[in-house]
Amino acid sequence: MRLRYLTLLPLLTSQALADTFSVDVEVPRKRVAEYHAPYVAFWVENADRSTLEPLGLWYDDQEKWLKDIRQWWRRTGRSQSAPYDGLTGATRSPGTHTVDFSKLDALQSLPAGEYTLVVEAAREVGGREVVKLPFRWPAEETPQQQQVKGTDELGTVTLTVSQ
Amino acid sequence: MIRVRFHQAALAALVLATTLPAQAHKLWLLPSHTTVSEPQWITVDASISNEIFGFERAYPVDGLQVTGPDGKPATVDNATKMHTRSVFDVQLEQEGSYRISVAQPGYFVSYKVDGERQRSRGKDADKLLAELPKGATDVKLLEVLNRLETYATLGAPNKTGLKPTGKGLELELLTHPNDLYAGETAQWKLLLDGEPAAGIKVELVPGGTRYRDSQEDWSVTSDDKGIVNIQWPAAGRYFLEAGTGDKNVSNPKAAERYLQYLGTVEVLPM
Repeated sequence: MRLRYLTLLPLLTSQALADTFSVDVEVPRKRVAEYHAPYVAFWVENADRSTLEPLGLWYDDQEKWLKDIRQWWRRTGRSQSAPYDGLTGATRSPGTHTVDFSKLDALQSLPAGEYTLVVEAAREVGGREVVKLPFRWPAEETPQQQQVKGTDELGTVTLTVSQ
Repeated sequence: MIRVRFHQAALAALVLATTLPAQAHKLWLLPSHTTVSEPQWITVDASISNEIFGFERAYPVDGLQVTGPDGKPATVDNATKMHTRSVFDVQLEQEGSYRISVAQPGYFVSYKVDGERQRSRGKDADKLLAELPKGATDVKLLEVLNRLETYATLGAPNKTGLKPTGKGLELELLTHPNDLYAGETAQWKLLLDGEPAAGIKVELVPGGTRYRDSQEDWSVTSDDKGIVNIQWPAAGRYFLEAGTGDKNVSNPKAAERYLQYLGTVEVLPM
């Protein structure tokens, strides 16, 4: 990967080096008596999971509930400890939030191939939901946009991969 | 060789069937949590009940041993025998897996008084024999080793603390017992005194028998390498029971020994 940048470097003048990998996530508004913002985890995996890169985690410093983000916990969370890999931050309130993962080295150095972005949300006194968005890496001339609508704990999730 | 072992096991089982009380109840441990992401105490119940997992009679936990992720004894507190269950707390403080086991050797003695068969049981064979009524005939001492086990993990699972002891009927946990998910298959190996045990039946009952009309139990039998493959139909807690018998007694006064493995595992949704 690094080789590629080095060889391309002289050709790139105004263009940024990194491909863009941006996710819009809608945290649904819930009409419930007891509301807790969902814990949300983001990661990238390939079909046989020989590659699995954690991208980010939203939680409120209560590690006790991390196991409830079940798939993330099994795939990667349980073999990590704080600070968790990727862009980590506090939980988000209802509404649409944009997260740009472009600056993550682990993402930029992914070998070329077909991948899936997995977004998993788990809410205390609520449910759990996983959505998956396929993409090709690295970004191509034509930007890729994938959109999935969650049914319960996630609203619309949009992935944009572009040069 | 294997055929001979099968034959012996079958014979022993037959003899045992006539010696043990017909209505042996199910013995089990019930952990409050099996997978945690922060150091914490968990609590475990031990009860004797055919309802899975409804408390009925307390199972004594004198033989409690908790092995931590480093293979050393872990911290246990509040071990108490209550009316319908025993209870104890286990501190999960190190990253990795804990084996929680209660394996207390005991004895059954069967005898006849005035032509009628009687039974008693206890931990001390000599005391049991000394307390037999005068004129007891057909006295038969039976060694019993029940191993109750369950497992819990903080963070990533490891197997250091799960190594078989080499005594009695055990499972070599090829698939980690805290890495079980609905629809997936676990592979475990039955061991008798540390050696692969073929032809042993493992019975499984999903928790929550109170809320359904049938047991929904099923069984698998270990192959010639002692292996069983268990596919988990749904998320939940499961009771596992396997038993066998032989003449490899540790107390020479006993004619036979009866061994059971009684496990509780939790299967998560994926």
